[in-house]
Amino acid sequence: MDLHLDHITLVYPDGDTHLTAVDDVHLTIPAGTTTALLGPSGAGKSSLLAVAAGLTRPTRGTVTIGDDVVFTPGTSVARATRVRLERIGMVFQSPRLLGSLTALEQLELHAHLRGERPAAVRARSMDLLAAVGVADHAGKRPAQLSGGQRQRVAIARALVRRPEVLLVDEPTSALDHDRGTQVVELITGLARELGAATLLVSHDASTLGTVDAIERMLDARLAHPAPPARA
Amino acid sequence: MFVALRDLKHARGRFILMSMVIVLITVLVTFLASLTAGLARESTSAVTDLPADHLAFSMPTPGDPPEFIASRVDADQWEGWADVDGVVSADPLGVATTRAETPGATVSVTALGVAAGSHVAPVREDGTPGDVDPGTIVLTRAAADALDAHVGDAVTLGGTRLTVAATLDTDQSFSHTPVVWMTLDDWQSIGARGAARAPGAAVSATVVALTTSGTADLAGADAALGTTTLTTSDARSAVSSFTAENLSLTTMQAFLLVISALVAGAFFTVWTISRSGDLAVLKALGATTRYLLRDALGQAAVLLGGGVTIGALLSAAAAAALSGVVPIAVTPTTSLVPAVSLILLGLTGAGVAIARIARIDPHAALAAR
Repeated sequence: MDLHLDHITLVYPDGDTHLTAVDDVHLTIPAGTTTALLGPSGAGKSSLLAVAAGLTRPTRGTVTIGDDVVFTPGTSVARATRVRLERIGMVFQSPRLLGSLTALEQLELHAHLRGERPAAVRARSMDLLAAVGVADHAGKRPAQLSGGQRQRVAIARALVRRPEVLLVDEPTSALDHDRGTQVVELITGLARELGAATLLVSHDASTLGTVDAIERMLDARLAHPAPPARA
Repeated sequence: MFVALRDLKHARGRFILMSMVIVLITVLVTFLASLTAGLARESTSAVTDLPADHLAFSMPTPGDPPEFIASRVDADQWEGWADVDGVVSADPLGVATTRAETPGATVSVTALGVAAGSHVAPVREDGTPGDVDPGTIVLTRAAADALDAHVGDAVTLGGTRLTVAATLDTDQSFSHTPVVWMTLDDWQSIGARGAARAPGAAVSATVVALTTSGTADLAGADAALGTTTLTTSDARSAVSSFTAENLSLTTMQAFLLVISALVAGAFFTVWTISRSGDLAVLKALGATTRYLLRDALGQAAVLLGGGVTIGALLSAAAAAALSGVVPIAVTPTTSLVPAVSLILLGLTGAGVAIARIARIDPHAALAAR
């Protein structure tokens, strides 16, 4: 399903004043495609990603998956959590794997969060670990994996429940150019294969050769103007 | 407990350290509870083991709290009690601590004086109360051991020679001294409660041991006879050393229980703070706060349950090993009640600590680490 960010504005209190982190951003990401969001630090990329993930409520605007409006300024924390669990996969800037879990268990955790038996997703988890090239390391904990391997496990974790939307925050920031390119290629390939609408935040345009579209953010706005807001 | 159990295994050093603290606190609390019960028994079993349900005291100053050391009842009072409706039996009982001597030993004992035909006379091997004959003494096992006395031997109490008529298989003690039994006349003759009774003087005792049917008007009889009646259980507080001793030990147990809750709370506060990054990620991945609280509380329950179980077993083993050396009583009450209290208070402390999980912002998962 497509991801629609509909006239998103995010304003933070900043001392006695307010800081506009995202200013009327309108963006649609078709299912199965990857859109990269480029821009300098402080441009509002991660804030937009947080709104798309329901981690932060927008001050104005809505987030829609397919035809379902999932996040609005009034969305409750409980509903946002449920939407993330059921419909959204996330890859963080650093892999953010849980230190006590093996690579396989990082994926099986999702089944447990949904109230299912972890064994129910074991086969799919192994397939995904194989798809990202770390199946041989399924029994290892994060401390036993390299940085690149950890990032691959994090990608597999985000995809284990076949999310409709994949949100990726600076996945190459800790990797060299070649590994970064491979990771982006892996994400775009898997997103296409799974039909996930993918928003990938990055600061490094040189690794984005395989994405379907690139948007640039500057001073809380997209470089292209937003269409008029719907009444 | 998908994450909690794996955390326990992964961070085993920290959890083993915390488990050891819980084990040690549990050993302290349960051993102290057993010691409290043992000391209480050593101090009051002569009272609580009596085949009576109430004791009537008569204090020199009306209104004073009942005390064995000061109470004195006369024949009018126990005969009056015997006539009260609903009272099955009313037997005078003399209670006094004195010195007993044999050629080989001198020990403090508590002399219990009973009248002929008394319902509270010492129970013999056949399970029935047996009268004590004048000029004889019946020894509990501890008294016999301490005096190294056997049937037929002479024991001197307050200058009066008495012959050992029997030794009992049971142990009763009063204020940490073993019990010996004698007739009420002999009890008074040895001057256990001051000067020896002059020949022909009226007999008195310390309390009236009552067996009631449950319909007796105890308050009315107390008012009419000038006595204060307590259940045999409540009468423990009339043993002068018992209340202070029991209060001190119970206070120590209470402090240890509070300390255990604080220790658990402190550990899980630090633990929760140290894994707040992981918790933010879990929330960002879709874990509800309820799921995370349940997970963390389950982890605390495993830790506390394991530590308390090991500690209680160690304490019971130590108590069994030391039972001949220190007065200690291991019962379900002395083991289970402190153990369950430790778990519940520990969970309370942990619960307060992990409540901060609710305040962790999943947005933090987006921050670089």
